[in-house]
Amino acid sequence: MQTRARPNRLGIRGWVVGGRWGFERYLYTLHRLSGLGLLAYFVMHIFVTSTRAIGPESWDQAMSAVSGPLFAVGEYLVFAAFAFHAVNGIRLGAIELGFAVGRPIEPVYPYETSVGRQRRLARAVLMIAFVVAVWGGLDFFAWK
Amino acid sequence: MTETTTRQVTFDVRRYEPGTDAEPHWESHRIDVLPGMTVLDGLWKVKELSAPSLAWRSSCRMGICGSCGMLINGRPRLACNTQIAELKSDVVAVAPLPNFSIIKDLVPDLRPMFETHRELMPYLIRDDVEEQDDPTREYWQTPHELEHYLQFSYCIKCGCCMAACPTVATDPQYAGPMPLGQAQRYDADSRDGGFAQRREALSGGRGPWRCHFAGECSQVCPKGVDPAKAIQLMKGEMVADLLRLRKRRAPAPLVEPPKGPRREEIPAAPERTVTEA
Amino acid sequence: MRDRTLWTWHIGAGLVILVLLGLHMTIMHLSATLGFLGVADAEPTEWASVAARAGSLFFTLTYVLLLGAALYHGFYGFRNILMELDPGRTLRRVIDVGLSVVGLALFAFGTWAALAAPGAATMGG
Repeated sequence: MQTRARPNRLGIRGWVVGGRWGFERYLYTLHRLSGLGLLAYFVMHIFVTSTRAIGPESWDQAMSAVSGPLFAVGEYLVFAAFAFHAVNGIRLGAIELGFAVGRPIEPVYPYETSVGRQRRLARAVLMIAFVVAVWGGLDFFAWK
Repeated sequence: MTETTTRQVTFDVRRYEPGTDAEPHWESHRIDVLPGMTVLDGLWKVKELSAPSLAWRSSCRMGICGSCGMLINGRPRLACNTQIAELKSDVVAVAPLPNFSIIKDLVPDLRPMFETHRELMPYLIRDDVEEQDDPTREYWQTPHELEHYLQFSYCIKCGCCMAACPTVATDPQYAGPMPLGQAQRYDADSRDGGFAQRREALSGGRGPWRCHFAGECSQVCPKGVDPAKAIQLMKGEMVADLLRLRKRRAPAPLVEPPKGPRREEIPAAPERTVTEA
Repeated sequence: MRDRTLWTWHIGAGLVILVLLGLHMTIMHLSATLGFLGVADAEPTEWASVAARAGSLFFTLTYVLLLGAALYHGFYGFRNILMELDPGRTLRRVIDVGLSVVGLALFAFGTWAALAAPGAATMGG
């Protein structure tokens, strides 16, 4: 080959805008985003709650600094992200250890894939995460 | 089936001429399409009528050789295995498979994929080298054991899975669905004894741990090979091996030589045509 | 085979988090739900509740366990994302060392905060 081939890698576009089929692709993206959000919150959370080591005054000071409707909504978002990340994490664990993908089969058209096989699981994940998030929303904001 | 008239379809083809073009660009061609025409047929027509220098790779026209993987209307598919009618659009956009470098027009450079494939040792690894070089009998394998890997052995190495994988989109170290699926194909073969060797070859960033089951590879595979399934099964086996839960087995032995007198109606094997170099 | 071991711990840590963070979220945020279950509690962020939990060996131990598991799980996941962006050789090393140091520092700091709280179970008071 005399001329060097031209690179054609999709880059991060390939992570986010799959633009193609399977909704598992979007669960993958959402799992990453919720994970990053949870990690960012968690690091802040360590610092905020560590004030309790100093004593009641600094604890109350920290708590009043993170009170108010904006923080309440933020905390709820963390709760919802946890609900999704946890339930989807159970699905991924089951799949990635080889349990929920089925055995190898004879590929006969129209092909049945492991993705199709776990689709009911994926739908259940969304349903359960949604129910937990709604339940949490009611507990956070309505059932006082 | 009832449609007999031709219709006009626009073929948007992504062109790139190395040495001349700085960037790939899209080129439009309108062609008449008959019922039953595949995208590959359409490309031949475009080449015949308006773009004689258009380049792509194709050979068998029947989804066996794995040459004509392309990005067709945003999805990696085989051009010969895709009916224009099934796209349900008057525009057919054809681009080279992403995540591979472009050699020219629709020709991707598949070499990095094949190099990784080779490095993961896609062949039976056994101690009886002489028997493999100069086979005398078959290795023992039940139909049930065959099913453990048969699906993965249908792979035609077209590269569609690599073009669909989000990890391959950014990470050149990751082996990708095809080589990993083929490594699992041999790991799952009862005649093979190379699990430990392949496990070492899979260390570092190329291994199956970079797969997060976005599932695209299995959705686009034109042969139903389901690389995502192979990769998850591989992860399960490797974790079981780490936790010392994996069943160890010796590679299948040779079948017993037939006993009793040879039946007369069976002709003798022909003379060897290949002798040792 | 370091990657295999790291990944397996990632899954294990995920399981620990699932249980402990589920418990933590329920206690901290789902007060009405706890009320339905008959486990009505004082406002969990009041100092009195905080001090009570700090005095409990169960809470102290699970805090430290959850802290470690969550930091490992989160930083390994973050490392995955960074590594898949194909950093160069040196940058990979920086990411590995950097995330390990930051993670261990946060673990040490968080453990101190869990153990040093006034009236903490481990302080003997």
